[in-house]
Amino acid sequence: MRKQLAYTPARIFLVLAIIIMVSACNTAPPMPEPQPELSADEIEEPVFSARRILNDDVADYTADYDPWEGMNRRVYNFNYHFDHYVFLPVVHGWQAVVPSVARHGIHNFFNNFRDMRTIVNSILQLSPKKTIQATGRVLVNSTLGLLGFVDVASDAGMPRPIEDFGQTLGHWGVESGPYLVLPILGPSNVRDGIGLIPDTLVLTAVQKEVLTKPLRKTIFAFDAVDTRAFLPFRYYETGSAFEYETLRWMYGVKRELDIAK
Amino acid sequence: MSLKTTFLRSLAGLIGLLLATSIHAATGNYGYPHQDPFVATVVGTPSADRALLPQDIPFNKRTIMIYEGRPVPDAVWFESALRYSVALQKHSAPLIFLIAGTGAAHNGAKNHNMARAFYQAGFHVVSLSSPTYGNFVIAGSSTGVPGHAVRDAQDLYTVMERVWSGLREEISVTDFYLTGYSLGGFNAAYVSQLDEERQAFDFKKVLLINPPVSLYNSISLLDRMMENIPGGEDNFQTFFEDLMVGFTEVYKKTDDSLDFGDDFLYKAYEAMDLKNEELAALVGVSFRLSSASMAFFSDLMTNYGYIKPRNVQLNRHSDLSVYRQVSERLGFTDYYHEFFFPYYRETHPGVSRDQFIESMSLNSIEPYLRSAEKITVMHNEDDIILLPGEIDFFRQVFGSRATIYPSGGHCGNMDYRDNVALMLSTFQESSL
Repeated sequence: MRKQLAYTPARIFLVLAIIIMVSACNTAPPMPEPQPELSADEIEEPVFSARRILNDDVADYTADYDPWEGMNRRVYNFNYHFDHYVFLPVVHGWQAVVPSVARHGIHNFFNNFRDMRTIVNSILQLSPKKTIQATGRVLVNSTLGLLGFVDVASDAGMPRPIEDFGQTLGHWGVESGPYLVLPILGPSNVRDGIGLIPDTLVLTAVQKEVLTKPLRKTIFAFDAVDTRAFLPFRYYETGSAFEYETLRWMYGVKRELDIAK
Repeated sequence: MSLKTTFLRSLAGLIGLLLATSIHAATGNYGYPHQDPFVATVVGTPSADRALLPQDIPFNKRTIMIYEGRPVPDAVWFESALRYSVALQKHSAPLIFLIAGTGAAHNGAKNHNMARAFYQAGFHVVSLSSPTYGNFVIAGSSTGVPGHAVRDAQDLYTVMERVWSGLREEISVTDFYLTGYSLGGFNAAYVSQLDEERQAFDFKKVLLINPPVSLYNSISLLDRMMENIPGGEDNFQTFFEDLMVGFTEVYKKTDDSLDFGDDFLYKAYEAMDLKNEELAALVGVSFRLSSASMAFFSDLMTNYGYIKPRNVQLNRHSDLSVYRQVSERLGFTDYYHEFFFPYYRETHPGVSRDQFIESMSLNSIEPYLRSAEKITVMHNEDDIILLPGEIDFFRQVFGSRATIYPSGGHCGNMDYRDNVALMLSTFQESSL
């Protein structure tokens, strides 16, 4: 099992994530919080200062728990550069070379594995409905859907629940913990970051059963490219001057919804 | 990004009159489904009623440096180049420029849908962000202070000329056309007027979609929508949490995973039984997010000292949360009175506040709009960004060149099949 994991990109992400979490725990705060540099001794009063506008008793709705903000912002910045210089050029090459039909087929193929992750987590959440829905999808798509390349299940209107181990932990009451920006993977939190480990183990085990070794080794890179290709998000293009805070808030809200569902 | 989309889709407003008196519009048999302007504005057009358009068009993002070498504040270091989108035909074709609405990007949902329609109909499409969009404020604006009818038009015109000079080698263009929605429609009117003088494009047809008449009237209406938050803005967190409780209940029952399409929003709206006040508050919040970003970008670019103290320098790793909190508590009218007007007064000495407000209005170019046969209007009787009676401006000035639908709120019917058909026929009549 451990040997198998060594070949997945997820392991690299996990190792990075763990290093960061551990280093962050050991050296809190990991980096000095950047302070505004003053060019004069006293801060000049702007037209609308916080003192004038904000009431002390009103909480900031986006004040999510982010004790590692300094580090998170730097990882966020790194992710932009990785996206810009590595990930997106590869994705664009992929989109240019592989015809749309084939890309969608491959996307369905990977989604079929992601549905298996949902089965496991639905069982762990003791949800028969979602377990049946996800199992039905995998059965239909793996057979009629030609090993998952055709999403017959969605065409037939079968619902697609999505559950991961972060949601399973949340379902059983585990708090999110501090916000965490994972290298390459992006917004997360300690709970969801840890949740990647069992999810990856499960997927690796499943793939070991159904795929030949050379195939397993080949597809992991495509998995990452496929995932990115179907995510419309682009760093620093949301038009918000406060993208980091906005994304942190929205990630929290979205995960709350995911867990509640 | 779905929640953001939810908010950005959430526009709404004040008045709902359901009378179709337009000369040009199909009276009585207009089939757009939402009669309530708030609902229309927030949830848009259900997919069954939309024009059938191709999902996959080659709508590609590009960047261009408009102000080479101009310093960019380090806190927004990533905005140095202006982003825009194109969908280009392989053959000789007319080219249409699209201008997005307040705070919206070149590739926002509304511009993207228009691009689908025009590309499918055989046009080259060049899609531009609103001058109020952060990237445009930093990379496309000559002043960094958006909202000025004439200056914004000049900036847009410069961008169009630069983009076109880059495309010249790549495509063959027969004629130029122009359209924009909301503030983008307002911008298009001024750009068209400027084009009469500068003649770079000689636009053959211009379509204004749901434009405001007076910028100040419309921004005042939008700011006031925040008053619909129960207990006022200080209570936003509670308001939002209450909405989320209702939303979560709806979301739990659906089989969709986070797919906030218009149908989902409409289902959610129905199940949550949102009141008009709540919809209006959501519209207010959506515009507030736009105004907050716009004002902060503008403040950074000019170092005006509006929110950020002039002698504080922010860098790319700075924590901006206090500035965000303050920005989100300020509306368009605060920006107008405390930043925009004082800033421009220096270049317009002797102009009073009221005269300035009057000049930022389609009234100020009425003679041009009256005489310019090339300009047509598509609007809604119940548009919530207009004061009562303001819609009549379009009837009086444009006459039969104005198509005014009985419903649709603010841009809620832009994807509706009749509206898309009108957009296309406006330009096809003259090009084919």
